[in-house]
Amino acid sequence: MSLKAFHIVFITASTLLSFGFGVWAIREYFMGGNEVVNLVMGGLSTGAGVLLIVYGRYFLKKLRSIGYL
Amino acid sequence: MDIPYVVHPRPDTGLYNAKLGIWLFLASEVMLFGALFSSYILLRIGAPAGTWPHGLLNIPIGTVNTLVLITSSITVVLAWASLKLNQFDRFKKFQAATLILALMFVGIKSFEYHDKFTHYEVVMMDGNVADGHLVEKTDEHVTLKHVQVFPLGEGNAWDHQGEHKEELRIERSQIKKMENYGPWHNTYLAIYFTLTALHALHVIGGAIVIGYLWGPGSKMWKTDPERFTNRIEVSGLFWHFVDLVWIFLFPVLYLL
Repeated sequence: MSLKAFHIVFITASTLLSFGFGVWAIREYFMGGNEVVNLVMGGLSTGAGVLLIVYGRYFLKKLRSIGYL
Repeated sequence: MDIPYVVHPRPDTGLYNAKLGIWLFLASEVMLFGALFSSYILLRIGAPAGTWPHGLLNIPIGTVNTLVLITSSITVVLAWASLKLNQFDRFKKFQAATLILALMFVGIKSFEYHDKFTHYEVVMMDGNVADGHLVEKTDEHVTLKHVQVFPLGEGNAWDHQGEHKEELRIERSQIKKMENYGPWHNTYLAIYFTLTALHALHVIGGAIVIGYLWGPGSKMWKTDPERFTNRIEVSGLFWHFVDLVWIFLFPVLYLL
């Protein structure tokens, strides 16, 4: 597996973590005492998840010529 | 006689020597971290209900460190892509960014460790427990700040129970037992320090290799660019593995 392929795996895991953490933080905000820091972290993390998807598409396009092995 | 497949991949496997070597090494690393993750799960599910600590770690700081490592993986792969596109100057810039991010991660982790080593639980002679951060420690007294005081056996620091005090001075003669939140404090902190310290050692080791290839090791670009690019790929694979471990560590230790 090349660095390109491993990077795709890593970005996929990071994207899942971003959305998962976003959901967790927003849920904490509504269930656990309305702490603004949780809402901010939830929003930023969900935004980071979207950015990672955009980056992943850019990365795949840019390194189209490089193999996966 | 030249060693074969140092630069070009072996036709039947499609791998050059160093790539095969790093994947075998990473397989052993998976077993090492896998064993520690399994230990964590078994210790946690084996703990009596309500006794497993939570909320001891600072989630915003952990989130920043997660972002730092994700960004460093992006810079490391862009450095390798720059070499593939014959852009050595861009490689230097991206790898310099990787090194700065690695130092940031270690710096933030050190801050977190310092916070735990200055966090004390003091059992007093009157049967109360004072839990707070150390301000001063002398032969006569101990001063803590942001303190919670609760009766021994009737509360814990992570549930924010008991009476809150901004600062508390305790005479030494009133102290029965005093212990900081180091790995010896409880099972959770023991596995937390084991996992994160081992991970931090990997970050430091990876940063040393990346630093060498960025500095003196980069001379190889002039004599054997293809082999140098392979070295950057192999160091990048290790770096990605270390970052992927953190992607699992962060939710397990900080959130769950």
